[in-house]
Amino acid sequence: MAAWFTRSGNIAHHVKRNMGSFLRPAPTLSDSSWSRSPACLGNSPALLWAGRLESTRAQKLVDSDSENDAPLRDDDQAIDFPGGRVMLTSEMQFIPGYPQQRVHCYHLMNNDGQTNMCSSFEQVSKEVAVKMYSDMITLQIMDTIFYEAQRQGRISFYLTSVGEEAINIASAAALSPDDIVMAQYREPGVLLWRGFTLQEFANQCFGNKADCGKGRQMPIHYGSKKLNYFTVSSPLATQLPQAVGAAYSLKMDNKDACVVAYFGDGSTSEGDFHASLNFAAVMEAPVIFLCRNNGWAISTPTSEQFRSDGIVVKGPAYGIQSIRVDGNDALAVHNAVRAARQMAIHEQRPILVEALTYRVGHHSTSDDSTKYRPVDEVKHWEMGQNPVNRFRKWVERNGWWSEEDESQLRSSIRKQLLQAIQVAEKMEKPPLADLFSDVYDVPPSILFEQEQQLRETIKRHPQDYPSDVPV
Amino acid sequence: MATALNRTRPVVYASRSYASGPKQMTVREALNTAIDEEMSADPKVFLMGEEVGEYQGAYKISKGLLDKYGPGRVIDTPITEAGFAGIGVGAAYHGLKPIIEFMTFNFSLQAIDHIINSAAKSNYMSAGQISVPIVFRGPNGAAAGVGAQHSQCFAAWYGACPGLKVLVPYSSEDARGLLKAAIRDPDPVVFLENELLYGQSFPVSEEALDSSFSLPIGKAKIEREGKDVTIVTYARMVDYSLQAAEILAKEGISAEVINLRSIRPLDRSAINASVRKTSRLVTVEEGFPQHGVGAEICMSVIEESFDSLDAPVERIAGADIPMPYAANLERMALPQIDDIIRAAKRTCYRSAPKAAAA
Repeated sequence: MAAWFTRSGNIAHHVKRNMGSFLRPAPTLSDSSWSRSPACLGNSPALLWAGRLESTRAQKLVDSDSENDAPLRDDDQAIDFPGGRVMLTSEMQFIPGYPQQRVHCYHLMNNDGQTNMCSSFEQVSKEVAVKMYSDMITLQIMDTIFYEAQRQGRISFYLTSVGEEAINIASAAALSPDDIVMAQYREPGVLLWRGFTLQEFANQCFGNKADCGKGRQMPIHYGSKKLNYFTVSSPLATQLPQAVGAAYSLKMDNKDACVVAYFGDGSTSEGDFHASLNFAAVMEAPVIFLCRNNGWAISTPTSEQFRSDGIVVKGPAYGIQSIRVDGNDALAVHNAVRAARQMAIHEQRPILVEALTYRVGHHSTSDDSTKYRPVDEVKHWEMGQNPVNRFRKWVERNGWWSEEDESQLRSSIRKQLLQAIQVAEKMEKPPLADLFSDVYDVPPSILFEQEQQLRETIKRHPQDYPSDVPV
Repeated sequence: MATALNRTRPVVYASRSYASGPKQMTVREALNTAIDEEMSADPKVFLMGEEVGEYQGAYKISKGLLDKYGPGRVIDTPITEAGFAGIGVGAAYHGLKPIIEFMTFNFSLQAIDHIINSAAKSNYMSAGQISVPIVFRGPNGAAAGVGAQHSQCFAAWYGACPGLKVLVPYSSEDARGLLKAAIRDPDPVVFLENELLYGQSFPVSEEALDSSFSLPIGKAKIEREGKDVTIVTYARMVDYSLQAAEILAKEGISAEVINLRSIRPLDRSAINASVRKTSRLVTVEEGFPQHGVGAEICMSVIEESFDSLDAPVERIAGADIPMPYAANLERMALPQIDDIIRAAKRTCYRSAPKAAAA
């Protein structure tokens, strides 16, 4: 166990960059195996990679070059294997697969909204706190109303984020608008925080012509280039290697931004998860891997998903600095993500954040979770560990929120949502021309021909064509 | 080392030292120079894959590129096709232009979710907000004695998917022109090379040596004109078809050989124009017969030129079995020149038994 943390300590030291400069510092004791920077490469992004390239060759030089390491003379002490020097021991000890004590969970605020006087954290301003709380309420109401709309048959599908409002909003609040978000599907709150309107959410769910996704995707597959939120993709964990690639692109452009990839506990079983974390560490990509460990992947509890101490312990396995945080504690999530972002960008490295929480709702409208878990358990989390109530108490304690604000906001949001749904429902569907566009950058002749054929068929048989779909 | 470095300079310089006559270039050199020139012209282009950097490429296609562009743009990856294909797509999402190399397209199956669900469909699903200017390239189809998991042809599989462009170069000029076009293209391109063609030399024109050269995607090339039967094929089978055409000519059958160059978009107009001229069609491919490229071409011809056909369409494909290893079995599992000749003769009513061993 100790070995892990030493390693991550080394990583923390090894890449110290000055703001805006990519010249590596002189070698120090702690980064003995990483410090060779070829002088020839000059001040270019290629220099970033000098250490990576060199580190594989450098293993042979590891002792001869560093003035602080003792020269290897005694084979009883250590051996220089490929990958570095390892100390030898005659005591046979297997590292336990599961720790005696689980990794601690970063937590600032209790259920009554009280923070520990001893803990220090950067304060959240009134403006930000009120926006955070309002957005959490908005997300809750949005989920309730869209879920009902699906039950009424007005939209085909929906998936709620009940219980995960703090993760959604507090993490979003810790990011800058330039940070790229690659979500899984239970993070509409991030989009909400950035300014996606209730009408835009409704338009996507109804697949009407105002949907910026042109009605191409099923509900909750939101996306907005303007808000730097990549369109949601259904295959699980597919966004993780994509996030690393996008982070690499930011790195090459030298941008003051990172990528945040959200995913659930279930997704960590996918091959893509492992490939991405490994790769991100090797490429030193500025990406935050934010896991919403909500205990359930449809009907699979985490005890059947993996046997490790959650997700946080997987980070160090790939050489990634990681933290476990109470996902229902908005202040803790906010603080942790803010710190993670600083490290990801200024140290150009990936960070793993595991946010523990509970999926209060069903997996989606296609699921009935009462079939596989006790209702009592759900109630315990919904009532007893509710992130929204907890944050509300904190905001109220600061004198920034009142009962009146609460009822005003709730009725206003509800009204806006119902209105948005009405408008979205009545609006026309996307026109026929949108069927064939965007398959390629420029439509090929064969699609053009197919469109012509379709239009001719419609002209010949207008009675068979739906009246609410514009041509 | 010096020779290697010489090779990485654009061939344009080398050609000026020749007095006259077409320059010969191997497909390997063609691909190497194409990647080199495009990386030189656009700083957003980068190469990623297993062994592409320090090892100079599993098949030496990327020789010299690491030294020239550095490890930031020629990236040796951990062994995870799913990982680096997905990373490439993510990088393309944000505006870079990755060239992802698969050691063989057989291994692309480990990344196929990213090729199809991420790359091919993103532009459509995002309504044009996310474009994916990526190239997936590597050897495809049979090599020599590499067995079932290293020999499959994926032209038909990738060719079926809307959102992808699928290219199948044959000659060095094809390789250069099509790869340059693929790298410049804003859509995701699957670029199917062939290991056995890497070492083959072809003459290349002056025009093809220029760094701005590129070939249009979706246009087939008539390698040999003829009037009696159309042979449509791609990649290595173009070579076999041309040899078959030579032999057929001696027997009085003038075969027109069409090198598809592109599986998607398929140059249906060129194929149909040729069939309307010759009235007979033979399709030749290495891949498995069911749901193959030949099946699609046949249907296209039936849809557009049925009345022109004087004989049923003949489809030559690989045997419907996983590729065996033993050399004699491998030979029997792949189309041979004799198969093409017999098929062409059948369309011309010169009776010949279908089975080779009959």
